[in-house]
Amino acid sequence: MGATAMTQTTPAHLEYVLRLGDAALIHGQRLSEWCGHAPVLEEDLALANMALDFVGQARMLLSYAGTLEGKGRDEDALAFLRHEGQYRHPTLCELPNTDFAHTTIKGFLLGSFNLLMWSRLCGSSDKALAAIAAKSLKEARYHAEHTGDWVIRLGDGTDESHRRAQAALDILWPYTNELFAANPTDDAAAAAGVGPAWSELAGEWEAAVLPVLQQATLTVPARTPFQSYGKFGRHSEHLGHLLAVMQHLPRSFPGATW
Amino acid sequence: MYTQALDIPPGEQPKRKPDAVENAAYQAEFDARIDAGATIEAKDWMPEAYRKTLVRQISQHAHSEIVGMLPEGNWISRAPSLKRKAILLAKVQDEGGHGLYLYAAAETLGVSRDELTEALLSGKAKYSSIFNYPTLNWADVGVIGWLVDGAAIMNQIPLCKCSYGPYARAMVRVCKEESFHQRQGYDALLAMMSGTDAQRELVQDAVNRWWWPSLMMFGPHDADSPNSGQSMRWGIKRISNDDLRQKFVDATVKQAEVLGVTLPDDELKWNEARGHYDFAAIDWDEFWNVVNGHGQCNVDRLAARVKAWDDGAWVREAAVAHAEKQAAREKAAA
Ligand SMILES: [Fe+2]
Ligand SMILES: [Fe+2]
Repeated sequence: MGATAMTQTTPAHLEYVLRLGDAALIHGQRLSEWCGHAPVLEEDLALANMALDFVGQARMLLSYAGTLEGKGRDEDALAFLRHEGQYRHPTLCELPNTDFAHTTIKGFLLGSFNLLMWSRLCGSSDKALAAIAAKSLKEARYHAEHTGDWVIRLGDGTDESHRRAQAALDILWPYTNELFAANPTDDAAAAAGVGPAWSELAGEWEAAVLPVLQQATLTVPARTPFQSYGKFGRHSEHLGHLLAVMQHLPRSFPGATW
Repeated sequence: MYTQALDIPPGEQPKRKPDAVENAAYQAEFDARIDAGATIEAKDWMPEAYRKTLVRQISQHAHSEIVGMLPEGNWISRAPSLKRKAILLAKVQDEGGHGLYLYAAAETLGVSRDELTEALLSGKAKYSSIFNYPTLNWADVGVIGWLVDGAAIMNQIPLCKCSYGPYARAMVRVCKEESFHQRQGYDALLAMMSGTDAQRELVQDAVNRWWWPSLMMFGPHDADSPNSGQSMRWGIKRISNDDLRQKFVDATVKQAEVLGVTLPDDELKWNEARGHYDFAAIDWDEFWNVVNGHGQCNVDRLAARVKAWDDGAWVREAAVAHAEKQAAREKAAA
């Protein structure tokens, strides 16, 4: 990115990219917690694979956010040296891996969203972002399909797996309100052609998600007034604990390179 | 993909000549092939003791890959940079992949992965004792790559030419990735050694703890390895424990110098007459204590595997139940 491009960067543009980077980072961090502990070896490899994809996306996006910001912060400064309130990912990403059903449902709800978002971002007026989108889109296709297959297996499996999948869906569904909540950053980014306002994706997302949930014989919870505010930097109590673990080393050894 | 892991009736088993019969003619043919350096394949006749030895060795090896995911996995969520996090995740994932190829190689010998898993979880089967040591600081990840993967490579390169084809082929693939792990581990240590004093202290601390256990990875002295002779005869083992250990020490001393760490052995010095490094006596009591279940992490490692397996039971059952429902629906529709 040349200096001209940087001076043209608006705060909304930067925040939009940062949000994408944070979402990949935090979701990847949660997925990586499974490594070595999954229900079956093949799924251990698949979860690690997805975690790797998200960490890779986070690296590209946070590096790029650092460039847009122009203050010399690299991917690691952004990943490890910010406070809870400075992260911009949707709250859904940070919720804990209560069990494999939570991980699967969460991965599917987010994965289906990512698929739509990256396909739209391939046409971004920001060429660097469009290039990241093209790469991430391929990964998102696999994530949505793989997690979707598991949603169906769990929902339409045994009584226990159905019960767990439904319980996870009931808990996680309200957090999807946030994905589509109106947000001034989105409006500015959309106006500049950087990317879609996430609220625009709600209809297509439901059209992608509902048939899979139906095939899984799961009941879609009614919408409630519940709102979460991760995109605005107000997170759940879980994020602080996640960051305490993730940031431990860089904060314990200030200035060290690894 | 997942169905391989589940206790679904196996497909066609490899056709093998009647193996219950220790037929003298088959035995002579087998011996001749071993002597000629030919590989034995799953469909070939083999002595029952050869088959059993292979099942034991390959399954222990597979279990070691799987349990070996735990000590380094301990640091994934705390990796100090995104690049190191990605490298470590990929490495631990590779180890899981090694477990997968090795279970598949063992399955060619007529055992199922579920049986082998059961043996691991019940404590009947062994895995490499090195994984019963704790990973206490970030440098442990680099040191494991450098020394533990390094020792594993020394042990495994000869296995790429072992007499049993499926095992030998699995090892070719595994060894390539292990070399990569070793270089990445060493590279992580180089980065730390050119960093701050505090980082260098972490590396030295990790080297102090992992050096001796790494030497123990080659197993007891040749004089105390009663089964080695037979394994050599069968072409399962090609180089003795002590020779491999010496090779490892000779190769590692230089690397330690370049890195700038001290190996924790006052007696380590070049012996001109032997053309090798001499090193101090290994504490075999410690080795056997850990093998026999009294290491710092034996209980935790096994508990972690049991927990993953037990917590995952409903997921595996769901996959089977769904596959059965699907099959029934397809049949009804046909
Ligand atoms: Fe391995
Ligand atoms: Fe390895």
